[in-house]
Amino acid sequence: MKRIFLFLAASLAGLIPLQLQAAGDHLNMGMVLEPPHLDPTAGAAAAIDEVVYANVFEGLTRIDRNGEVKPGLASSWEVSDDGKIYRFTLREGVTFHDGTSMDSSDVIFSIQRAIAEDSVNAQKALFEPIESVAAEGAGTVIVTLKRPTGHFLFNLGWGDAIVVDEESAAGNKVNPTGTGPFAFKRWVKGDRVELQRNDAYWGEPAQLATATFRFIPDPAAAVSAMMAGDVDAFANFPAPESMVQFEADPRFTVFIGSTEGETILSTNNGRPPFDDIRVRQAIAHAIDRKAIIDGAMFGYGTPIGSHFAPHHPAYVDLTNRYPLDLEKAKALLAEAGHAGGFKATLKLPPPSYARRGGEIIASQLQEIGIELEIIPVEWAQWLEQAFRGKDFDLTIVSHTEPMDIGIYARDSYYFDYHSGAFNGLMDKLAAEVDEKARYAVMADAQKRLAEDAVNGFLFQLAKHGVWNAKVKGLWENSPVQANDLTAVSWEK
Amino acid sequence: MSEGWAEVWRMGLRSRGFVIGGVVTLIFILIAVSALIWTPYPVAEIVVSRRFQGISAAHWLGTDQFGRDLVSLLMAGAVNSVAVAIVAVGLGMGIGVPLGALAAARQGWLDEIVMRANDFAFAFPALLSAVMITALAGPGAVNSIIAIGIFNIPVFARLTRGAALVVWKREFILAARVSGKGPLRISVEHVLPNIASVLIVQATIQFALAILAEAGLSYLGLGTQPPQPSWGKMLNEAQTLMFLAPQLAIFPGMAIALTVLGLNLFGDGLRDVLDPRLRRER
Repeated sequence: MKRIFLFLAASLAGLIPLQLQAAGDHLNMGMVLEPPHLDPTAGAAAAIDEVVYANVFEGLTRIDRNGEVKPGLASSWEVSDDGKIYRFTLREGVTFHDGTSMDSSDVIFSIQRAIAEDSVNAQKALFEPIESVAAEGAGTVIVTLKRPTGHFLFNLGWGDAIVVDEESAAGNKVNPTGTGPFAFKRWVKGDRVELQRNDAYWGEPAQLATATFRFIPDPAAAVSAMMAGDVDAFANFPAPESMVQFEADPRFTVFIGSTEGETILSTNNGRPPFDDIRVRQAIAHAIDRKAIIDGAMFGYGTPIGSHFAPHHPAYVDLTNRYPLDLEKAKALLAEAGHAGGFKATLKLPPPSYARRGGEIIASQLQEIGIELEIIPVEWAQWLEQAFRGKDFDLTIVSHTEPMDIGIYARDSYYFDYHSGAFNGLMDKLAAEVDEKARYAVMADAQKRLAEDAVNGFLFQLAKHGVWNAKVKGLWENSPVQANDLTAVSWEK
Repeated sequence: MSEGWAEVWRMGLRSRGFVIGGVVTLIFILIAVSALIWTPYPVAEIVVSRRFQGISAAHWLGTDQFGRDLVSLLMAGAVNSVAVAIVAVGLGMGIGVPLGALAAARQGWLDEIVMRANDFAFAFPALLSAVMITALAGPGAVNSIIAIGIFNIPVFARLTRGAALVVWKREFILAARVSGKGPLRISVEHVLPNIASVLIVQATIQFALAILAEAGLSYLGLGTQPPQPSWGKMLNEAQTLMFLAPQLAIFPGMAIALTVLGLNLFGDGLRDVLDPRLRRER
């Protein structure tokens, strides 16, 4: 029902704005998932950041298209020799979209709101090292840490660490008010979010006058929208099989980039029989990653053996820790007391990597006697049931946050994985500032997760970017969850 | 009676639609039944390395995007279609026919209530109400069967009532009443046998509609869920592959079109053969 409406709405809505808007300063950006709300400090859904990060909201630092830390609302910073005191100099003349000015009090409010006891921030761990924040006049903020934290500046560049205004913060879910080059215009639920250029922007103004994010979950509808020109760009196209077709078409630019998306068969480690490591190892032995990448993603994607991005320098290739071996898998199942296999459910959110990958995994696990009942769920349902409610056996999802191995140390995370050894490694990582030593700890952490076979580690999601050949300046890769439109323009 | 059937048979052979439709329907049912015991390959067998194969001796219609054998999928899809359609039409008849017969036998306020409820159900286009029901109750084969079954109820209720009312005015019913039979007994013993041919014809047509509705719902992702094969779902999955492997859309599409066409021809032919009024008009 919803899908039909979406489709009708998308096709109707597509006709009107395109004719009204003068060509050249409007962009229609396609997205698969609709964000549950628009406040990046109050939700884990990547779709939130993919609309507002760098466009509507900014933080002290920002992460650029290459994954590097760049100045954001802080024009510069100094770090004390012991690595514990950060002194940020704020930009002058920055205003929020509602006209109020941004100064040190807003920064302090934002950070304290995120670390507060009742904070709803999805990435509270980012702020955990902070001991105190203080202002030095309106233009300087001093952050004191409990211990040196190597990636602190990077952490401040996350969408979860954006600076908000005390007066408007409560309303950011439906009316996001930030400092970015684009201001929020309106949100037509189930269809699109519209942004318009913020003419009072402190930095270089955006070249686009308006931008619309359109939510098109159905791969077939996405293909038609792209072909018809209803959508100018898809940062991550839901139908990888169409890449060949777009590549052959001179109207489009295709770029297969990398994302931070570790696509995993999330396993409920707290629920029998998955609480038995032998069962999880059996699953790991039964998964054929190549078949999943070929079948679900048309060959786009890099196999992973742990929860870590292959393009990261600290990456360790663990894909052969549990090689495809059905006999071994069956033996492990038998050892765990499930000689004849068992039944379980597999909840699949809408992205095609999940829906298609799920069918392939179900058929692969059937080989060792595990009968999976596939339950397709909508995105909001998935967040509610699987992610927040931990009501699932197995599910497939891509974790697109950068450097997010730390989620395995979270006590209440939906994998229900608890390992003292792993938590120890994370503590060690947080305290380590030397890069080489950090990489060594990261390697140990990857090995720990692979050893425990916490989840079925499948592949690193590729970014199937497709856009109109005349659109310039979109990101080729996704070092953070973002569709940064700051530098986007139409070729004249 | 045997003479009657012989005449039906003769009439049938003269109707081209009846023969063609009957043959197509028979083939369709045979395929579905044989798929219960045998398909060339296991239906759920995914072998990614052999995906997108063309027509060959090993795979008569080639393979799909997951390397599944298309013939096996189509055969299993036929089972799914038949199962859904039988249960849905059975549900519609099982509830609709007694309701209609009751309304005709009792008349009065009961008749009013049943028929107004029917009109209400009729006010919604059949497929739309099915979409509504599956959207509310969640997608799945069972819910889609129920949804299709529900929109079949008023069809049969109205038809049964109309046909039964005509029969109720006949002299033999009067005779039955005089001999002391109650309305329920008369309905079962005298009315239903006399309207059976009309119901059978309608059932054939509803059967075709149910197959179409199931394919439609599955195409929208509201009906049969993976890994259960369904023609509608195959069409949906083939959609983005149209340029790469058009046969993946063409074959299930042909299967749906042929089956529905066959059933409709068969139903029309059956009507010509069974309906005495039409026969006299010829």
